[in-house]
Amino acid sequence: MGNKQTVFTHEQLEAYQVGMMDQAIGGLFYRYQDLAPQLVPLDYTSCPDVKVPYELIGSMPELKDNPFRQRIAQVFSEDGDGHMTLDNFLDMFSVMSEMAPRDLKAYYAFKIYDFNNDDYICAWDLEQTVTKLTRGELSTEEVSLICEKVLDEADGDHDGRLSLEDFRNMILRAPDFLR
Amino acid sequence: LSPQTRGQNYLFSALAGDRSRRSPSMKRPHRAEEAPGRRRAQPGQKERAGGSPGSGSPRRKQAERRGRRELLGDRERGSAEKICRGRRKKDGRASLRKQRAPSKKEKEVRRKEEVWKQLKKHRCAWSLGSTSSGESLSEEELAHILEQVEDKKKLIASMRSKPWPMSRKLAELREAQEFLEKYEGALGKGKGKRLYAYRMLMAKKWVKFKRDFDNFKTQCIPWEMKIKDIESHFGSSVASYFIFLRWMYGVNLVLFGLIFGLVIIPEVLMGMPYGSIPRKTVPRAEEDKAMDFSVLWDFEGYMKYSALFYGYYNNQRTIGWLRYRLPMAYFMVGVSVFGYSLMIVIRSMASNNQGSTSEGDSDNFTFSFKMFTSWDYLIGNSETADNKYASITTSFKESIVDEQESSKEENVHLTRFLRVLANFLIICCLCGSGYLIYFVVKRSQEFSKMQNVSWYERNEVEIVMSLLGMFCPPLFETINYHPRIGLKWQLGRIFALFLGNLYTFLLALMDDVQLKLSNEETIKNITHWTLFHYYNSSGWNESVPRPPLHPTAVGIEFMRLTVSDMLVTYITILLGDFLRACFVRFMNYCWCWDLEAGFFDISGNVLGLIFNQGMIWMGSFYAPGLVGINVLRLLTSMYFQCWAVMSSNVPHERVFKASRSNNFYMGLLLLVLFLSLLPVAYTIMSLPPSFDCGPFSGKNRMYDVIQETVENDFPTFLGKIFAFLANPGLIIPAILLMFLAIYYLNSVSKSLSRANAQLRKKIQALREVEKSHKSVKSRATARDSEDTDKSNSKNDTQLTKEGTAHHSASQSQTLDQKAQGPGASSSAGKTVLPASQHLPVSRAPGVRPDSGQARPQAHPWRSTSGKQAWRPPH
Repeated sequence: MGNKQTVFTHEQLEAYQVGMMDQAIGGLFYRYQDLAPQLVPLDYTSCPDVKVPYELIGSMPELKDNPFRQRIAQVFSEDGDGHMTLDNFLDMFSVMSEMAPRDLKAYYAFKIYDFNNDDYICAWDLEQTVTKLTRGELSTEEVSLICEKVLDEADGDHDGRLSLEDFRNMILRAPDFLR
Repeated sequence: LSPQTRGQNYLFSALAGDRSRRSPSMKRPHRAEEAPGRRRAQPGQKERAGGSPGSGSPRRKQAERRGRRELLGDRERGSAEKICRGRRKKDGRASLRKQRAPSKKEKEVRRKEEVWKQLKKHRCAWSLGSTSSGESLSEEELAHILEQVEDKKKLIASMRSKPWPMSRKLAELREAQEFLEKYEGALGKGKGKRLYAYRMLMAKKWVKFKRDFDNFKTQCIPWEMKIKDIESHFGSSVASYFIFLRWMYGVNLVLFGLIFGLVIIPEVLMGMPYGSIPRKTVPRAEEDKAMDFSVLWDFEGYMKYSALFYGYYNNQRTIGWLRYRLPMAYFMVGVSVFGYSLMIVIRSMASNNQGSTSEGDSDNFTFSFKMFTSWDYLIGNSETADNKYASITTSFKESIVDEQESSKEENVHLTRFLRVLANFLIICCLCGSGYLIYFVVKRSQEFSKMQNVSWYERNEVEIVMSLLGMFCPPLFETINYHPRIGLKWQLGRIFALFLGNLYTFLLALMDDVQLKLSNEETIKNITHWTLFHYYNSSGWNESVPRPPLHPTAVGIEFMRLTVSDMLVTYITILLGDFLRACFVRFMNYCWCWDLEAGFFDISGNVLGLIFNQGMIWMGSFYAPGLVGINVLRLLTSMYFQCWAVMSSNVPHERVFKASRSNNFYMGLLLLVLFLSLLPVAYTIMSLPPSFDCGPFSGKNRMYDVIQETVENDFPTFLGKIFAFLANPGLIIPAILLMFLAIYYLNSVSKSLSRANAQLRKKIQALREVEKSHKSVKSRATARDSEDTDKSNSKNDTQLTKEGTAHHSASQSQTLDQKAQGPGASSSAGKTVLPASQHLPVSRAPGVRPDSGQARPQAHPWRSTSGKQAWRPPH
């Protein structure tokens, strides 16, 4: 308890708790601090501007085996380069926590799969996804067939790419999504 | 901002002004007239408030952009008119929002729009509040502020489910809190003020308390970290077993509490002490051996004559100074164990079912689901991740093959033949094992009559059953189906095996009991005779045959079965898994092939658990201590299996998610519960209880206890009512009524689901039509002018039809708001917009297919947008 007080002011803690899904902010802060003990100060009352580089974020046990770790870090980081401030870090855990609603998860999932950040999942994004999921073990024909199929299934307006709306429609029906 | 967009925006705002000028005719004239009047009093202030977005507070980007857009549009009109319009707009928006309030939740996308609005409104209200804070606020303003305060509160409550970065959340939160602090006090002016402040304070405290309590609750879930650990190593399917185990442990704890609190502890504290009556005393012949470990291990000796078993209980109506009615309590607890278990199983099944509404959708989205949801984000172990990659690749390949050639003609007959053959063999195997058990139980009855039997002969039944359980399931694994279907088949087969074994065991036991019952009659006579002599001659005759205590014998069988099952499980884990893992670890370096193959057997473990639970349910009536043993067993197996899994198992090659199987487990559990209910109910209802032991001795039937209590302890009229209720003339109609209700509810749910399916189909079709329409339209906007005119006129008629000013104002607001959406998206077609959250926001209204109501609205919106896009050349 005493430790928390020195890291954050009481008001900061309150505010974080309102904004977060996951409530263990103290624990998360120490996780964050552990990633780069020499970078992150133990006193956050004055909101220092510190970023932990992607190399450290991506090596966390939660992310290190995830094929989309780079995307995840990019989506949640402020500038899209994967380097994260404490706020970004807390965001990430908040969204990834079990308590986050499906809508929120769907929104961020869309952003993660949208590799070129153009607000649509286009064929290129899909190819990237398949390649990452299978570690490139499928042939190009197979990959393109899969992408074609996915677009065929989920693309509601036939414009050759998935909008957030299409994606949400599809993903919220998935039996495995957040179950 | 491109000039084109700016122009469009101007037009939108012009349109909005147009509409809203039409609007303030009816419904709420005082608001529309009076408010602008007051507004005009301080134009400078207003303009500053409205015209400088983000001056003090930290603003996010798109809000700024939006604000600027507004500003640009606005500057071209007179400022006074702008204020007037702005005010009206705000009113309109307020009413619109009121109207839309119920649907607010379903559209997170809309929320952002609203937040923007709130912000704007809030800003204006700020200035409003600051100007008029000195004088008393009018009713209307008060209501206005109250509404905003509510909005702010809602915003704070829903803050954590917003897709904003944390810094923005913090900023929004700060703003909202400042607003609340400022205005909450101002609201309850006069006598209610203090009360209001107090209420606010309490509400705040309550929210904080609730949050803390939730935190506390999540921390209190036992073994959460252990299970998370396993989940990250082995994927969610293995973890599902442990979650099931934990759930089972919880259920058993409740049962344990019931039985211990209401039966065993009262008996131990207040019942007649050990040794006071024959049924509570170890017979003298057994006394010297009664404390030996081997005897105790078989639940004989002192164990047999203890409160753990049915036979120990006395048939006194009341015990102790509390006058506790033990036989009644025993009966009620026995019934409520089943009642509680049934309830909890069905409830968790129902709650599992609620989520899975659309099963049929999975056919439509095979590839999409595979692509977007197949990765298990909980995996945190590289080996598991490797397996997962492999399994995703194979599953993709499989579905490609499925897609390319949906039917392989040449192989079908062979595989079918093989499957039929395999299933035939399995049925033979099941029958054989059933017969084997029957045979062994028969034999054990013979053994029990003989005096000195070896250890093997005494424990033959248990050994044979455990061996069958160990060797039969792997035999079934010879044929493969698709893994998920395969798992179910596998579960079903093993289940049939267990069930068959259990029932054969029971039937044999029943035979035994019947035999003993027929013996009992003779013994009863002898006992009466000796008791008679006992009082006369004051000396316990050694040669009196002791009653066989048949319910206790049944209870002992179950106890032994449970314990041996537990031991066999642990030994299998220790030998089969741990030693093999050690062997593999050290021998893999110098072996010819890869030895790694120690998967965690989910189906076998789950079924073992379910089967064991069935035995507990069945046996708990005859051996109240059984549940205690089971709680211990579950506790130890939680730790032991966690350790074993982590230390000696490797992740399965085909990592699949367990989400689907959960209800399957529950279904099996329900079936087992029902099946174990049958024999117990049979004994309660139609067998006379043993005359010389147990809480119901001396009664004709067990349920006579209830009758006795009703007659003796309740007032007579209640007894009459009970007698009346028990009348078959009333029960049969009640049952009929229940059947009718079931039939009715069933048909209702069927028709509802049919309607549901039809609606879904309709929505699908509508969506197709609309999308194709839209794509055509976006390609050729210039050509469909007549079309848009037509629909525009339609739109107008619709607007007038809407009638009241309230509605039309809101409608115009919707239009205004929506009109900006397609503008943005159509411009996105030409110029690529920067990545922002703006775009999805404005696209949202009406496009979602699951709100069927929004559909008709989509048409006017689209047509107006078309018109807007087309208008500039005019």
